[in-house]
Amino acid sequence: MKYLLILLVCLLPGFSYAGEATDLAADPVLEKRMIGLAENLRCLVCQNESLASSHAELAEDLRREVREQMQNGLSDQEIIDYLVSRYGDFVLYDPPVKSYTLVLWYGPFVLLLLGGGVLIYQLRKRKSQITETELSEEDTQRAAALLNETPELQNNPKAPKV
Amino acid sequence: MMRFILPFIVFMIMAAFMYVGLSLDPHEVPSPLVGKAAPAFTLPQLHEPSKQFSTQDMKGKVWLFNVWASWCTACESEHAVLMELSRQNLVPIYGMDYKDKPEDGEAWLRSRGNPYVLVVSDREGRVGIDYGVYGVPETYVIDKQGVIQYKQIGPVTPENLSEKILPLIKELQAK
Repeated sequence: MKYLLILLVCLLPGFSYAGEATDLAADPVLEKRMIGLAENLRCLVCQNESLASSHAELAEDLRREVREQMQNGLSDQEIIDYLVSRYGDFVLYDPPVKSYTLVLWYGPFVLLLLGGGVLIYQLRKRKSQITETELSEEDTQRAAALLNETPELQNNPKAPKV
Repeated sequence: MMRFILPFIVFMIMAAFMYVGLSLDPHEVPSPLVGKAAPAFTLPQLHEPSKQFSTQDMKGKVWLFNVWASWCTACESEHAVLMELSRQNLVPIYGMDYKDKPEDGEAWLRSRGNPYVLVVSDREGRVGIDYGVYGVPETYVIDKQGVIQYKQIGPVTPENLSEKILPLIKELQAK
């Protein structure tokens, strides 16, 4: 009886923990979801690091915030909207198409078209500059003579190496 | 002639972009909060933790909300500017001690002087997140309706105080 009582007392701390908020790290699914979301968000202190990988204090606070909002049942999009409303589009690594991001999104295509246009223009211009010239009778004979000479040159060891 | 003009135009366009790029500070992120209602909060006061301060108390007033911390080195350069401003009595300055031990914050103010009407303590940095704080010091100008009208990222300097903040405050107070 005495031992049973001691055993029960030993178990008490276990019961006392019940009812408290579960440890955040103890929920690997939520942690994974949080990291997945944070990987696409920028840390504002060290701007080339994501919220998932940054060790800045603000990043830790924001991860905690994201975790808590997830526990409160908010969707990923709602959490992103919350952060954007606080920190602006800058937190997104994937900035939305807006009037001031048009150059960012479509600028490269404009440059590609421009470059392609210039290339085609230059090629056409060059083509028109090349004039086909007929070979004169004299030149044809000279060419034929040169071509006929070649085998002899190859057989002649004294001939200069081409 | 075109051989020279075209590359020159291209060069000028690139130079213009680069010139603007040189003067941009990547740490200055435009705040989406300007023009929106200042997030409401209730926090314990730094000097009297048993008392609370709420943004609700500030309705009908134009005020400066300055986020600082004892660990923040840039706050030291700003401190003199805020002291001078508080002496002029033009606008009430409310401070928020951000992610700081209250005793450290108190000691900091005791040794340097206190420009604030009242200081709240945001130990966990939760209100800071609500205000989009990512680098202290940050200063907000909040109008009578509780709308954020301006956000200063980094220390308030005499220049931006006289050029931007004070004219804005005068305009808002007259409304």
